[in-house]
Amino acid sequence: MATEHAPTASEYIVHHLTFLTNKKQVGLVDWSVFHLDTLFFSIGLGLLGVFILARLATRATSGVPGRFQAAVEIIIEMVNDQAKGIVHSPKSREFVAPLALTVFMWIFLMNAMDLLPLDVLPKLGEAAGVHYMRVVPTADLNATLGMSSAVLLLCLYYSVKIKGLGHWIHELFTAPFGAHPLLWPINFAMQLIEFLAKTVSHGMRLFGNMYAGELIFMLIALMGAAWAGTVGSGLLWVGGVIAGTIWAIFHILIITLQAFIFMMLTLVYIGQAHESH
Amino acid sequence: MNLNATLFAQLVVFFILAWFTMKFVWPPIMKALDERAKKIADGLSAADKAKSDLALAEKKVVDELKKARESATELRAGAEKQGAQLIEEARQEAANIVAQARKAAEGEAAVAAQRAKEALREQVAVLAVAGAERILRKEINAQVHADLLANLKQELK
Repeated sequence: MATEHAPTASEYIVHHLTFLTNKKQVGLVDWSVFHLDTLFFSIGLGLLGVFILARLATRATSGVPGRFQAAVEIIIEMVNDQAKGIVHSPKSREFVAPLALTVFMWIFLMNAMDLLPLDVLPKLGEAAGVHYMRVVPTADLNATLGMSSAVLLLCLYYSVKIKGLGHWIHELFTAPFGAHPLLWPINFAMQLIEFLAKTVSHGMRLFGNMYAGELIFMLIALMGAAWAGTVGSGLLWVGGVIAGTIWAIFHILIITLQAFIFMMLTLVYIGQAHESH
Repeated sequence: MNLNATLFAQLVVFFILAWFTMKFVWPPIMKALDERAKKIADGLSAADKAKSDLALAEKKVVDELKKARESATELRAGAEKQGAQLIEEARQEAANIVAQARKAAEGEAAVAAQRAKEALREQVAVLAVAGAERILRKEINAQVHADLLANLKQELK
């Protein structure tokens, strides 16, 4: 970027925070726009993860496992244990446990994109004629809310399936405060707020963590980019290396933790859909 | 922070990936895990069985050893008894032989003594006459005292 016009810090960050879209977004909500970079990386990573797992699954041996199989088995056992502890219906678990595994692996891979050097993929993209690229799909609110909405749909599906439509609607109006007709609107409002809050917080939590992490990586990159031959800029550069190292190491924890939290909340919400008030 | 159709695309992809995992990833791996768990359980129970078998075999060995030792003791006792008996018999026989030999020797000695006695008796008359001649300082006619001498011979018997 040190060519004829070096971008200012804010230009650099805004550039990095701009999605590659099929057309210009108008307003806060525009249902005709797609974030092509988010879709590309999330679908690509999802397919990659799922196909690696599927390839392993076809070769899975019940004898002595290789290291890779053992590693995957550890994750699967972990997911399965959590699913067993939270969702008590074995029938539902047939779908919910693999779903939790997918969620964990997929979000882990998407979060891990944060650990790639910030400018590598966008620069490669620029060389190929793609001028905007955000490589961390989970730092896109659409992606995280899309996934949490999917969980919401599953919650609604399992609520109806397990409790029956009548019983569920009855519960919508009588829980949490009681069956008195005067309380019906209040109960219903509370239920709606609960569903909305669950879904929004579910998606926002992951988005917020990854967005903030990405932003801090950008600020650290700016420290490194401050190098201009002076002592002060040299110190900034050293600080950038140190901060980048520390933040990247810390981020290993965050990407795993956030993937785990999203998976656990998915299980918890679906588990709640199985329980009557 | 723009909301747009990416959200729905992500939602659909989410379900497709979850479905794929449920269909092609989860069951084979769980099957392998369950099979391994079963193998390990079988192995453990086989090990337990082998252990109890070993304990049984060891017990049997101890019993057999005990039995063998007992029969060896019995055999030795029998052998000792037999040996003692043999020695006893041999001693008896030896004693018999010795007794016989002594008896034979005694018989022989008696015969020899008798013979010596006979011989002496034969000579007693001559000796008596010779003795008397010395005493009487004259010749004695043995024919005259033949009866007396025969009597003496008879007494010496």
